[in-house]
Order: sequence, then C-alpha cells, then structure tokens
Amino acid sequence: MTNQHQRSPGEAGTNGHSGPASTLSRRTVLQMAGSAASLAAMSHAEAQSISETQSTVADAGAARPLQLTVNGVSRELEVDPRQSLLDVLRETLDLTGTKKGCNQGACGACTILVNGRRIVSCLTLASMHDGAEIETIEGLEKNGELHPLQQAFVEHEGLQCGFCTPGQIMSGLGCIAEGHAGSPEEIRFWMSGNICRCGAYPGIVAAVADAAGRS
Amino acid sequence: MTVRFIGSPHTRVDGPRKVTGNARYAADFNQAGQAYAVIVSATVGLGRITEMDGASIERMPGVVAVITHHNAEKLPYLPHKAVIDPAEGERLHVLQDDQVRFYGQPVAVVVADTLDDAERAAAALRISYDARRPIVDHAGDEVKAIVPDAATRPGARTLADRSRGEADAAVANAAVKVDENYDIARENHNPMEPHATIASWNGERLTLWSKSQYLVNEQAEIAAIFGLPLENVEVVCPFIGGAFGTSLRTWPHVTLAALAARHIRRPVKLVLTRKQMFFTTGHRPRTLQRIALGATPEGALAGMVHEGTGETSRYEQFMEALTNVTDYLYSCPNVRTQYRLAPLDTSTPNHMRGPGEASGIFAIESAMDELSYKLGIDPIELRRRNEPQLDEAENKPFSSRSLMQCYELGAERFGWTQRTPEPRSMRDGRLLIGMGTATATYPAFHAPASARVRLLADGTAEVEAAASDMGPGTYTSMSQVAAEFLGLPLERVRFRLGRSDYPQTPSHGGSWTMASVGSAIRAACLEVQAQAARRAAADAGSPLSGASVDDLEWSEGLLRRRGDTSPGISYHDIVVRAGVPIEAGGSAQRDPKVAEQYSMHAFGAVFAEVAVDPDVGTIAVRRIVGAYGIGRVVNPLLARSQCTGGMIGGMGMALMERTALDPRDGRPVNAHMADYLMPVNLDIPELEAHFVDEVDPHVNPLGVKGLGEIALVGTAPAIGNAVFHATGKRVRTLPIRIEDMLTA
Repeated sequence: MTNQHQRSPGEAGTNGHSGPASTLSRRTVLQMAGSAASLAAMSHAEAQSISETQSTVADAGAARPLQLTVNGVSRELEVDPRQSLLDVLRETLDLTGTKKGCNQGACGACTILVNGRRIVSCLTLASMHDGAEIETIEGLEKNGELHPLQQAFVEHEGLQCGFCTPGQIMSGLGCIAEGHAGSPEEIRFWMSGNICRCGAYPGIVAAVADAAGRS
Repeated sequence: MTVRFIGSPHTRVDGPRKVTGNARYAADFNQAGQAYAVIVSATVGLGRITEMDGASIERMPGVVAVITHHNAEKLPYLPHKAVIDPAEGERLHVLQDDQVRFYGQPVAVVVADTLDDAERAAAALRISYDARRPIVDHAGDEVKAIVPDAATRPGARTLADRSRGEADAAVANAAVKVDENYDIARENHNPMEPHATIASWNGERLTLWSKSQYLVNEQAEIAAIFGLPLENVEVVCPFIGGAFGTSLRTWPHVTLAALAARHIRRPVKLVLTRKQMFFTTGHRPRTLQRIALGATPEGALAGMVHEGTGETSRYEQFMEALTNVTDYLYSCPNVRTQYRLAPLDTSTPNHMRGPGEASGIFAIESAMDELSYKLGIDPIELRRRNEPQLDEAENKPFSSRSLMQCYELGAERFGWTQRTPEPRSMRDGRLLIGMGTATATYPAFHAPASARVRLLADGTAEVEAAASDMGPGTYTSMSQVAAEFLGLPLERVRFRLGRSDYPQTPSHGGSWTMASVGSAIRAACLEVQAQAARRAAADAGSPLSGASVDDLEWSEGLLRRRGDTSPGISYHDIVVRAGVPIEAGGSAQRDPKVAEQYSMHAFGAVFAEVAVDPDVGTIAVRRIVGAYGIGRVVNPLLARSQCTGGMIGGMGMALMERTALDPRDGRPVNAHMADYLMPVNLDIPELEAHFVDEVDPHVNPLGVKGLGEIALVGTAPAIGNAVFHATGKRVRTLPIRIEDMLTA
C-alpha cells in the first residue's frame, strides 16, 4: 500500500535510496528558502501556521533570474522564488505536458528529469535549480519519432486517461537509467512512486520492461 | 474479405498524443492574460461566517480581487436538473450568503496575477465563524434516516421499499440463515487530474475549458446559474484525466471560475487542490447495510432481505442503486429491499464507479459466501442452484444472462478446483492462502444520443459527438465503430469529442457511452451513406446515375449496384463531384418496447486469491481473474485494460480506501494522496479478464452492454470472501484492515 513506499520529498519513484539532492526534508527546504518562498508547496493550513510565526518577507514575490536548459534549449527566466519547478514549467513556460496531480509529492504525475535524475517537480523550488538540465515529456520525441519508451506505452496499454502518463514515462526513464528495470518485480517496486488511478499498472510495467530490454 | 473494426484490438488512436504531452486537459489551456483563482475553503463544519475582511489582503502583491459573499454578484441560479443531479433538494449556491453547511465549503475566491500570489493571499485571509458541531458520523446516534422522496415515486430506479412474497417470515422460518450488517467507508474518486476550469468571457458569451464528463449539462447548468441563453456558453474538454464519476456534476468551482472571470474581466484559471477534492466534488457515500438470507438445506434461497442507508447532505438527497441488485440477482420467491438516506452536515455525495451496485453487491455477495459455508455447498454451486430463469422482480426475461458461463470460464482460468473448501486449509509456507469468488452485475443502459458524420473530399470522414473520454478509449472505440459502418480504414476516420456544441450525448458514465454514442455514430454513418448514395444516383455524370437508391449497396467504402462486380465509386468520388462535404446527423435511443420486454444487465464472475500473513495481518492480493458477459466487445485490448483497471479500483475499495472524517468538525483527516491509500504498482497482482461469447440483439444495435462499472463491481466481495477462506475471519467492514486480521 502507498504508505509502505514513502519517498523523501523531491524524490520520485524511489524508496529512500537517495542522493544528496533528495535527502532534503520539507523542514530543510523551508529553512533554505525562507517561509514565504515555500508557500507554494504547502497546503493552506500549513502555510497559514508558518506565516503566523515568521511574518512576511517583503520581497516575497520579487522575480529573480534563473537559467534552465529545458529539453536542450537554454531559457533565461525571471522567476518568483516561491514558484515550484512544476509551476515554472506549466505556467511560465507553458510546457503543460508535465502534470500537477497533487502538489504534495505523493502522486508522481509531475515527475521530470533534472540533471538526469527523476524528481517530483512540485516539491522543489525552481530557483534552487539555476543552471540545471531539465528534461520533460515534450523533449522525448525526436524528428517525429516517439522515444522507444513512449512507443512501448502505446503498444502495451500503459495508460488509460493519460494524465499520469508523462510522469510515468519520465519516471520509467529514470528507473531504466538507474538500473532498476531488471525484472517486473523490480520495476513495480521502483515505479511505485507514480500512482495510476485508472490502474494501467500491468501495461506500465510491460512498457518499462520492453523499453529496458531494447536499450 | 471484409475488414472488421469492431472486435479488433487496436491500440489507442490518441496514444501518441498522451505519451508526448500533447493531450491537453482543462488546466493546460492557458489563456493570454489569464489570472489565477484560489478557493478559500471553510475551516469549520457548520455555522456562519461572522467576519471576513477581504480588504485586508487586497493590497498584497499581485492580488486582483477578493470575492466573498459580501461582494460577489448575486447569481440567478435558475432551476436546472439533469439525470446526474439529485432529484430532490437544491444545489449549493456559492458566495451567496454567510452560511457554512460543511467543512471545506468555498467561502471566498482570491484572484491574482500569478498562482503564487493568489495562494499566498488566500492563506492570509482571516475569517471568523460562529461554528457549531456538525453531524458527520453516519453510524452515530444523532442520525435520523429519511425515506428518499424520489424513491417513493413509481418507476424510480431504486425504490425506497420493494417487496415480493413474505421475505422476513421466510428468513425467520428458514432452515439455514445469515443475518449480518455491513459498513462500507466513504471513498473519494481521486482521479489523477484535479478538477480545473479556465473561464473566459467575451461580452455575454462564456467559454469554459473545464474538466467534465457531461459537457452539454455543464453548459446547461452554468447557463442556468448565470441566467444566460444556452448558446452563450461553450464547454471544451477534449481529455479527462480520470474521473470515475466525480466530474459528472458541475460543481461550485466551475461557477466560481466563471464568476471570478466576469468580476475581473479577464480569463481566470481555477484548479482545485488535492485537499479540496475531498470536500466539494462528491464521494462514494458511506453505506450501512443489513442482509438477511434464508435457505433450505439444499441451498435454495427462501428469503432475502436487504436494507441499506447511504449518506447524503442536508441540502440534497443523493440516491444510488444500493439495493437494486438483490431484486434480480438470484431466484427467490420472497425478497424485500429497503433504501434510506442519512442526511449529514457534509457536501453531497456523487456517483463513483459502480455507484450503489458496488456497495450493495459487497453485502449480498459476502452474505451468499457466508451462506455457502453454513450449507457446506461450494459457493459457485450455491449460485447455480439459485440461477433464475427470468428477472423475478420485473417478471421479464433477461435479454441475455451469462452468469453461469462466466463462473465456468472464470473457475477454469482461475483453477478453482485447486481450492480446498475449509477456511485456513491452504498455506504457502507461513502465509494463509484464500480463494474467493463473487458475482458482478450492472445494468445495460442506453440513453438517447446523437452524432454527426462529414465526408470530405480527401476521402476521409470526420465524426463528432459531445462525448468524453476519461480513459476507456472513447476516441479509439468510436473510431472503430465509424470505420466499421463506413467501411473506411481506421486512419481515414477522425472522431472528435469534448465540445458542448457537438451533437448531444448523455453523460460519460453509467457504462453507457458505447451503447449510446456508438449507436448514434452507427446511425449517422448509415444516414451519411444514404445521402451519398442519393447524390450519386442523382448525378448525371456518375456511373450510378439514375439508379434507384434501393438498388445500391455499400461495401468497404464503395458504392455499387447490388450484385454488380465493378469496383464501384468511393466517398471521395462522390464528394469531389458534389463539390462540398456531405454531412449527416444520426441519433439513437432504446426502443421503449424492448425496454418494456426485457431486463437488461451485464453479469460477471470475479475470482481472487489472497495471502494473509498470520503474524502481522498484512493482506496481499495475489491474483484476480474476472470473466464477464458484456455482449459484444468492441476492442478487446481496451476492454481488458478497463477490466483490470476496475479490479485495481476494487482492490482499493476492499483493502485501502477510506475517507476518515474528524467528528468534531467534519474535516477529512486524510485528504492527501499518501494518506488516502490507493493501490500503487507494487500492490498489483496477476490480473486476468476474460469475456464469454455473448450475443445480445436486444440491448442496442451494437449489442454492447458496457464495461466501466462492472469492471469494479464484484472485486471487493471476491477479495473479502478470499480473506475469509484464508483466515476464517469474516470482515463486514470495508476497507478490510490489518487490525481486522490481528484477531484472525
């Protein structure tokens, strides 16, 4: 069940075997970024309790420069330091392929690759990733050819409604790159951070296994 | 050889869009100059707003407007109800007064230039309440059940009281009895896509990019709420990120998005938070049920009593088909069902996959399993001995009923003969193994629908209907239907859905989309062929000039004289000569005489194997096999996928899902996707779905019965029965939890 497979915030699809970037707890993130800067990632109740104790930050919404390379294209941006990486992708860059499912790091729909690692982009602030290489679902298709994992998702019915699919595919890429796609059982374990409410899991496992075998 | 598209396991035609991020869901339709709206939800469960100072946050960075009951425009809220709205009561009117009816009710909307600014200001809004303690515990002493008004009307689908024979006496006098109570938790649909609406006004015309399973109703509902002519509202929703019923109704956030957009004269994007999706967008109501069965020693049912109560809100009477299945499932001369509602201080429940049936069948099929042990009769054999010859409640024959074939096929594929009947008799090392089975059933509905087909000069066809695709594969399966009846290759057919200005269809729910929309597409295809034939016959330059239309026939997209062996002429030929596209509409609905004559339902048999750890009480589902009689299968690839997805939903219902309310204020304490447990990849066992060959000429012209609901119905009792077989512990409360196993 879900609570047997808890992740660290910011870490997609894995079970706590995490590198430095993913060991940040929510508290650490708050301390690093300041209270106002983290409101976006919190529920109202949580945000309210923190704003009560730490009052306001005068320039909370002041834009700050950020350079990201998104799907191979360098982007010079001015971002609100409170913006999650997900919101920058969706609302600032209009790259709406990456989905917001829960904004709480629990569903995996917003999974992207940052410097080659899969993370849930809702739980990380964009301004923490200056200079990062970002890969999203929009960048996988090359010259009109689907990526083998995209193709496998279509062939194996690894989707129904399609809303979790971008996150599943990006997480699947991470899963394969990490060497965690050696067996269906292993794939199930390492893909458990991505919920599919339609229940297309058998097709997702088959697709990841197929693509892992091809690569 | 004629190419058959119906029955072909074609991959999804929209698959490439979904795997590239190019499928656009409601919140993906960013508009130039849009502002962001955030709903402020009440933090008390009942009472009145005494103070709300919107002005205090108006000067926060980026804030464009703060809309509360003080300054919101008064909306007409004209009467309007659709089939998916509760027949009794009145929908929630938002920001029209100071009353709080349930925890999480929208009490303000904050609009800002960016999402972050809107969220920050919304969090800073101070509200004071005069709060009272809400009553939210369905099983509590303070709850007074009521008779649902609509259930007392003749012809109601679910009747408050229905009876044949003398059920209570028959049970009381029976040789073998089961009389037990069942409690099924409130569930939330939790689709992956949060509810979202982008609203944009152009004068008095409103466009909504909005997540909806019922576009034409969303159009009508918003038109009624704002007092607009129907044609002034357009709803667009080409993709739905799962819904399972939660987007059947038009909930308050759609109104609020439109209200906010009009208030600030800019497009507004409003997306609910995951937490808010536990408040105002419906839920499977918690149900309390009693089943009493009486049987002869040989296992013939002598009496059946099914009493059930479902939660509803104070302001609407939400009804579902909780007790319906008991009426027709088995042969029994004495049956009594009773359906009541428990009004609580919560938001109104809504249909959730297999609404009513899924909960009702858990109770009845758990009781049947229990009866089988008391009788010492195999559970499948018990059902065989009570297999009816007709629907005994309606006194009508079934249009088709393949329940026993489903049990035979399912038992064979599952390996039911390996099961030893005694509870706790099967082990795998330390683990207790259990095998259980249960019946699944759901009505084969068919609602009036329409569609339009347009033949183009390039030899392709466009097909349109205001339908939806929340995941079953409507784009693909409807394309197959059109290709089949037009005789065109699938790639020459483009099916479009998701716009309220397309031909009207019923809601995308109730497992009736293929029956209803598919039949309408068939009718439109036949009509456009008739038009094309008439045009060819009337065309002096056509080789078919002057032919009687009755002498012409279509075969694989070519028109020729009957019996003629010439190549014939194509749509392309006819349209090019016509100079304009040829367009025709078609509609279909069930013949009332057929509905009068037959009882129409899908049936299935679900088998589950579980392993229970006797030391720590964890339950793992190892296998589920389902066999279904659902009429014709349009696309077996998609159908199997829908079935296994439904089984996974049923696993959630059986073992995980429960929205827990704090009795002090009605707050859902686990309104989070990690705390509301749902199956994840590692939970998924071997899943198999099989279909028996079933030909039903009565249900609709396509012979399809629908699949979305029955895929879930039946899974939870099969798992519960397997848990009993593994442990000897009968759990009548869902979800079954580790705690329930510790005393096993």
